[in-house]
Amino acid sequence: MDVVALSRLQFAVTSMFHFIFVPLTLGLSIMVAIMETRYVRTGNELYLAMAKFWGKLFLINFALGVVTGITLEFQFGMNWAEYSRYVGDIFGAPLAIVATLAFFLESVFIGVWIFGWNKVSKKMHAVAIWIVALASNLSALWILLANGWMQHPVGFVLRNGRAEMVDFMAMITNPYGLLKFAHTVVSGYVVAAFFVLGISSWHLLRNSRPDFFKVSFRMGAVFGLLSIFLVLLTGDFHAVEVAKTQPAKFAAMESVWETKAGAGMNLLTIPDPAQERNAVEAVTIPKLLSYLAYHQPDAEVKGLKEFPKEDRPPVLPVFLSFRAMVGMGFFMTLLTFLAVFVSWRGTVEKHTLLLRILLYSIPVPYIANQLGWIVAEVGRQPWIVYGVLKTSDAVSTSISVAQVTGSLIGFTLLYGLLGFVDIFLLVKYARKGPDGDLSALIQAARKEV
Amino acid sequence: MTFQIIWFILWGILWAVYFMLDGFVLGAGMLHRFLGRNDVERRVIINTFGPVWDGNEVWLVTAGGATFAAFPTTYALMFSYLYTALLLLLFALIVRGVCFEFRGKLEGDRWKGLWDSAIMVSSFLPALLFGVAFGNIFQGLPMDAAGYHGSFLSLLNPFGLLTGALFVLLFLVHGSLYLTVKTEGELSARALAAANRFWPVLLIVAAVFLVAASPATRLDDNYLSFPLLLVVPLFAVASLVMIRISTARGKLLTAFAASCCTIVLVVATGLVGLFPSLIPSVIDPIYNLTIYNSSSSEYTLKIMTAVALVFVPIVIAYKIWVYRVFRAKITLQDVMEDEHSY
Repeated sequence: MDVVALSRLQFAVTSMFHFIFVPLTLGLSIMVAIMETRYVRTGNELYLAMAKFWGKLFLINFALGVVTGITLEFQFGMNWAEYSRYVGDIFGAPLAIVATLAFFLESVFIGVWIFGWNKVSKKMHAVAIWIVALASNLSALWILLANGWMQHPVGFVLRNGRAEMVDFMAMITNPYGLLKFAHTVVSGYVVAAFFVLGISSWHLLRNSRPDFFKVSFRMGAVFGLLSIFLVLLTGDFHAVEVAKTQPAKFAAMESVWETKAGAGMNLLTIPDPAQERNAVEAVTIPKLLSYLAYHQPDAEVKGLKEFPKEDRPPVLPVFLSFRAMVGMGFFMTLLTFLAVFVSWRGTVEKHTLLLRILLYSIPVPYIANQLGWIVAEVGRQPWIVYGVLKTSDAVSTSISVAQVTGSLIGFTLLYGLLGFVDIFLLVKYARKGPDGDLSALIQAARKEV
Repeated sequence: MTFQIIWFILWGILWAVYFMLDGFVLGAGMLHRFLGRNDVERRVIINTFGPVWDGNEVWLVTAGGATFAAFPTTYALMFSYLYTALLLLLFALIVRGVCFEFRGKLEGDRWKGLWDSAIMVSSFLPALLFGVAFGNIFQGLPMDAAGYHGSFLSLLNPFGLLTGALFVLLFLVHGSLYLTVKTEGELSARALAAANRFWPVLLIVAAVFLVAASPATRLDDNYLSFPLLLVVPLFAVASLVMIRISTARGKLLTAFAASCCTIVLVVATGLVGLFPSLIPSVIDPIYNLTIYNSSSSEYTLKIMTAVALVFVPIVIAYKIWVYRVFRAKITLQDVMEDEHSY
């Protein structure tokens, strides 16, 4: 492999690893904030116990999300110097702003939350976790505006041998970036909901602290159903934006080779990229693809053959990732709907099959998140900035294959080790359950809920 | 263009504040195995900076982001030229960050001993590497139109290592003084003794650095042109001396404040000499990366200035609030009773 391929692989490894921990942070911070707010408002210590138990898991997860984030910022310069030099005038700004606006808030108030139980008032303590939740979501906004700019560059001119910013407002109101932000954060909420649902299910199956985990389960179910609904909604709008701004990516997502008006959607497709066609197209729903792409049944959908071969993304990984992600989305919609239903009926613990499925579904939203990133980033190839700069022209010229091989091995080993320890600790503390005897508190909580 | 000068100053402030704040965490991290004689004492040490270390590290992320946004060409070349050094730095910072969280999550001497060693190494390495990196930036890098002609090993030249030693010692003194004021009793006395023991070594290394800087770098150009600027290194030396005077008089908070000033002024001493370069070339000054040939457009710098002017004061305000909330000394009792501490 050359420096470009190795650097791409390294960016994929480090950013995908980072994104194991980030989505849970985005969603669980909000859930813990809701728990603690309920405690402050009702005085019921069950919610305090919930905030502490889920908060502990939140922190074990949070630590790795934070430390692996710096790698990404540094890597733009280390491995992608030509990219950084060429687009730094516009791309650097959101990265500097995210640190100033969001990372400071997040890091300072997480300290207040962890260590401030006896130092600040109850209210201020709850405010601290709300600030952490707000700041981590705000950081996602700026990062995804930066990524949105790579996908659909706006507000710049090519001048002085580089891309220079001429319209800051255009960058921060880039619909691509905003839609991507919305879709990504609500996907994170789903990760958190399934995390809470799955761990609660594990305890309910063992009849350990059933009352504590029933309340948690209900919260996870409602939060999950609302979030997955938003995932589907934002996903639909996001796809329209992709069809408009990145037609080659959209064609790869659906493996469409020929341009066609009123295009139908095949529920079963087997692509054959070598022959530039699909080997199998079956169960076609007429006009659905045109509708999904443009919200108009007779719109024209561009096929891959519209684009020169060297400007097409690799079809198979994009197509398969997209299909699997969407399939998982519908699977999770069904599960959260069932979870809300049994929770509302008050018969959660009787549905052992559902509980078992929920337990083993903890990884599903994680995988769906990663697949979404594969669609977004592999689908953008061969461009690093869509239509402006090719990935192969963006790499640092001063680094060697040996250096990047070494760093890739180093990251893989270090991240593998830390990831193993982190997941080990998460499992240990998730199994341990909440501290203390809560039966009295739970009686009181039951009357309220 | 004035915005480039403004961003050079802001860039310098970001680095100086980062070293001032993370400096005591790195210093305390290097020492925690030696000053903390048992598990509870070591926990006390970690908990003195527990609530603030993460926020302190964000100054580094901001310094990196500001380099990217304001001087993208310097960011691109500095980070790719110093690839291996930055990689080691990243590994160390990653390990250090998780150590604090992981250490207390399981019982057992081997588990804790492992993370204690990791804290020591992952605190020492960044201190050394930052020093080596800045030492080489002060000297200049072997670069021309064809690119970079150095390697990781060539960074470990005498002046680079001398600056590395200077940073390590600055942070050792700074961290010991921080622990002196943030702990009580025997632990505090031990930390003070350590500060007093490191101080003369720091003084010698700082003197050697000042003497060596003239032949090894071109930092003295600006000082020779504008002798008035010599107040910066003079104040740096004065605050360094003030540290020892204060500890001798038992004014420990003053000593820590003097140590903060020393770090900021040492960074300022280097950057005043460096101006207007960000990275000089040792091959030929025409290849110097300066604030003029490596900056963003004026439009971008204006936007970034507006962001900095509005939000940095807000950041400073809530950071001061947090340091006030957690101003109390950490005692052995605190960590034994508080289930939430590290």
